[in-house]
This record gives sequence, structure tokens and C-alpha cells, in this order.
Amino acid sequence: MAYVAVKGGERAIDNAHAWLAEARRGNPAVPDLTLAQIQQQMGRAVDRVMAEGALYDPELAALAIKQAQGDLIEAAFLLRAYRTTLPRFGYAAPVDTAAMALRRRISAVYKDLPGGQLLGPTYDYTHRLLDFLLAAGATPPPAAEAAEPAAAMPRVADILAQEGLIETHTDTGTEPGDLTREPLAFPAGRDIRLQALARGDEGFLLAMGYSTQRGWGGSHPFVGELRVGEVTVEITPPELGFAIDIGDITLTECALVNQFKGSKTVPPQFTSGYGLTFGHAERKAMGMALVDRAMRAEELGEDATAPAQNIEFVLYHSDNIEGTGFVEHLKLPHYVDFQSELEAIRRMREDTK
Amino acid sequence: MTTISGYNFAYLDEQTKRMIRRALLKAVAIPGHQIPFGSREMPLPYGWGTGGIQITAAILGADDVLKVIDQGADDTTNAVSIRRFFAKTAGVATTTRTDAATVIQTRHRIPEAPLTENQILVYQVPQPEPLVKLEPSRAETRRMHALAEYGAMHVRLYEDITRYGQVAISYDYPVMVNDRYLMAPSPIPAFDNPKLHQMPALQLFGAGREKRIYAIPPYTNVRSLDFEDHPFRAGRAPHACGLCGADTSYLDEVVVDNAGGRLFVCSDTDYCETRRDAGHVGEAA
Repeated sequence: MAYVAVKGGERAIDNAHAWLAEARRGNPAVPDLTLAQIQQQMGRAVDRVMAEGALYDPELAALAIKQAQGDLIEAAFLLRAYRTTLPRFGYAAPVDTAAMALRRRISAVYKDLPGGQLLGPTYDYTHRLLDFLLAAGATPPPAAEAAEPAAAMPRVADILAQEGLIETHTDTGTEPGDLTREPLAFPAGRDIRLQALARGDEGFLLAMGYSTQRGWGGSHPFVGELRVGEVTVEITPPELGFAIDIGDITLTECALVNQFKGSKTVPPQFTSGYGLTFGHAERKAMGMALVDRAMRAEELGEDATAPAQNIEFVLYHSDNIEGTGFVEHLKLPHYVDFQSELEAIRRMREDTK
Repeated sequence: MTTISGYNFAYLDEQTKRMIRRALLKAVAIPGHQIPFGSREMPLPYGWGTGGIQITAAILGADDVLKVIDQGADDTTNAVSIRRFFAKTAGVATTTRTDAATVIQTRHRIPEAPLTENQILVYQVPQPEPLVKLEPSRAETRRMHALAEYGAMHVRLYEDITRYGQVAISYDYPVMVNDRYLMAPSPIPAFDNPKLHQMPALQLFGAGREKRIYAIPPYTNVRSLDFEDHPFRAGRAPHACGLCGADTSYLDEVVVDNAGGRLFVCSDTDYCETRRDAGHVGEAA
């Protein structure tokens, strides 16, 4: 039998891409999905892709979702690959979440508080019954509207801080690190950790956060506050010398209140875990806050023995773009290495005869 | 192939290339030492050669001739994909001929034909840390490298010898570079390790996901770890290439039928073709 060396990788790739494009489109008799439809009707998917893709652009995120056939990690990867090519023309001032235009704000630690509880558009109390009216394409009746938009509300952490019951953080004046320009190094400060978690995989943060609740590094968390809404992003162009508003972005912020027994120098007080993410993403923000608090174990003099408390473990494995690439690279040919393993194992078996 | 518009030459912006070149200079200055660098997200996935691609992008000039191989072959899908990426973003000439290339990006092999001072070999590295199977913490392995604390690796080799009568590492076989740093040569078969030693070409290693760059400058001593009474030995299939008859090259084993039939052929496709063009004929040709 004649052997023909495997050729035609180039043609195979072209054909695969053409088939993929056809499969992505699906049945051409079904109308093509528009980016506006994705943006409007799959908002949580758009938010997740923007958060993990680390780029706030709902339209591009919608395109990425369409291009990836709804594979959200693939979509986040598309956004990431795009964002690296963008020039940087400035840095925004820190956003002020206390001034957030709220659509949702709840606290689990107070029955009522200044500003009140604002339930907002939540799935929390829905009964998870498939809605066949939705399948039939029913338009929902208009929701009730408040007479006035909710006023800015103080953050719960600030309320607790007035009494000195919770740790406070002061601006040290040092510039935060930048993970996208400098590789991770250890010890990694909280600025870097939060940055990594903000673009980390929602599923990973959920699982790691969950593990702390099940005893692997518990920290007795309360949801001090969870808020969702729009904040203004401002930059100060050097040629102007004053801040200008460049737009609004939607954020979800979660501030946990955790127990802390105190130490020789610090009286007993509450500590906090913090989560902040692009878009409306409560699960992610909460998972992030749990993991942030867990990673502070050493700093707070606690035993750091659980996976979620291991900073290096968490930070090196939270990024799903890195994870998916390396896991899936196992599909690439490895036959040269496998051949060397074959020869080695044959030699070893020979030796034992 | 037409080049793509809207992107800089070889895709990366000049600032990023400069950052990578600085890391490369450090890497050349300290042979075998891993230099952290600000690895970027590339339009190809992590684990698929992003480290090698970033290095190639940073060193490529308009006059360069690029060859890309995966498993020693120019026509494996990922090699095709990367070669196309540079043809598209840099418009450089590409080749499959080892002797015609000025830059060779590789995954898992070193070409059979000796390389020259005018060539650069860029390796794609999945895992730059040679100590990773002994110590998962990078904070700890950094310390071990700083102190040249490599006893654990020797113990591992020793344990293999007591258990199997030989070292059981067949690829990504650890090497000492310039008598100082323990280095992962990337998952090349141990067969290729001797080629690392005193190679006239510059060897650059890029690990994109792990954000590390390292290098072996030309004519550097590279020693595969071993013991005096158990010298390093490299394995290859004990056959001759079925197509070109080569009996010293690294061979792929191809299953040709359901009756256990095997054909052994050169993994380095250019080497095999060059030999066949020169009139060498294997038994299966």
C-alpha cells in the first residue's frame, strides 16, 4: 500500500471555515439575528461577554455573541483579541458608585436603610416556570414607573463605617497595577487581584465563592449591599485640564460584610469582600466578593488553607480565555511527543522481560 | 496572499513589539532564565502558539523569510494557520525549506538540517517552568531558580532510574543552560535535545499564556540532565524512513491498515522531501 503524506491542511481549514459560517447561519429560511436583537433581548449574555472580554461595548459584544454562535467564552475571547489592538488615549477617573443611577439596590443586613430597598428587574422571586406565552411571542404589559428616578443612595459600607464597625480603606495614592500590560507577579496586591477577578470567569468565581460557603475557607459573609445601575465615566484630557463626561456604563457592585475577630492591634470589626463587574451580573459580583475576601485571609491573620484563599491558585486559573485555550490546545497534534512516549514505553517493557 | 488592512505590520503595535524586544534582550543576556513579559491577547488561542507568534511578530522584518512547522511538518493545520497569519498581517515571504528561512517558528521539533548563524528558531512553549511537576507554585519555583536549587529534579530522575531502570521523560526533557539555569526545552522529543547545544542559530522561546520569554544565544552550552553512570540517551524509532530511507532522523509512526501495519516516516517533512529530491528512496516509496 502506497503511503501519501497528509497534505491539504490549507484546504481543510478553508472548508472548515466555510462549513462553520454556514452552520452559524443555520436555516436561511429563519430570519437572520440582528445585533440589536441580541443587545436588547440577550442583555445578560452581552454583559457577561463585556465583563470577561474586559471591554465595555454592547454592540461589539453582540457581534461577538453572534459570531460565536452564542458560545460566550468564545465571544469574550473575540472581544479580548480586539481590545488588545486598541490604542490607549487616556485613563478614566475612578467611578463613583455612591453616585450611581440605581435600578436595583438591596441590603441583606438592614431591614430598611436610607434610600430604601429597591428590588429592580430581578429574577430572584420569579417562579422558575417556563413561560409559554413568551414562546408565543407575547409582548409584556408596560411596567409601573416611579414618579421620579431614584436619588443617589449612600453605600451600606459607608453607613457602617460611620460607627467604625467596618474596616475602612484609604487612598494610598499609589497607581493601581495593570494586568493587561504587566504579567502577574507575587505577592499580588489587592488592586491586581480585583482586576483579575473582574475579568475572571463567572463559573469559576461562582464555584470558588461557593466553596468558601461550604467550609473551604469560610468568612461568614453577609450581603451588605448589592447595587446595579449606571455610573458616569470621566476623563481629564491634559489639554483641557478639567474632567469631561465620556458616557455612562452599567455596573454591578457587591459589598460583603464579613466577620473579623480582631487582632492585637485592631479591635473586633467587620471586614469586607468586594465585587464589581460590567453590566448586570449579580452572580459574578457576589462570587468575586466572596473570593476577594477569601484571598485576604493571610492579610487578616487567618489560616490560608482552602483553594479560594490561595491567591496564586485563584489568579492563575480564573481567566477563562487562558483556560479554554490551554485545555483546547490538547486537540492540536501531539504525535511527535506521543511517538517518543511509545518508544520509551516499548523500551521499558523490553527491559522488564 | 493579500495583506489585511487596519493592522500594524505583523499585527502587534510598535510599543508592544518594543516591550517584547526588551524582554528578548534580557533573555539573551541571561541564557535559560525566564523573563516575565506583558503577553497580549492574540487572535489565536492561548496554548496554540501565542508566545511564539508574539516573538515572531516582534523580530520579523519585511525581508525575512518565514517557515512555520508543527510536529516537524509544514502542512499541519496549526502551522498552516500561523503561517497564513503572518502572510496576511506582515506580507512576508514564507517557505517550507529549512535552508531558505531566516525565521523558523516551531512547535515540538527542531529541524533535522543544521541551522546557521543567519537563522532564528522561535519555539512555542506551553509550559516554561521545568520544575512545575515538582512544585506548582511559581512564587516558589522562582526562588528555586534564584538559588539554583535543582536537587529535586535530580531526585526525580534518580527515582525514575530506580523504578524503571532509565529516565522516563521522553519529551520536554529538562536541560541546564550555560551551567546555570534549568530550562524546559518545550515539548520537543528528547531526541532533539542534543541539537540545542552549541547551536549556531539564536533560539528564542515564547510562552504566551504563562507570559514568559527565554532564550539560548548562539553557541551556548546546553546539557540534558543525567548522571555519570546513566548518561542521557535519546530515543527514536529503530527504523529507516519508508519514503527517503533516512536512518538517523526522527520518525513518525503511521498506522496504515487494520492488521497492525506500520509505516515509519520522517517527522521533518522538508528534510524528507529534500532527501527524496536528491534521489534517496525508502522501502515504502
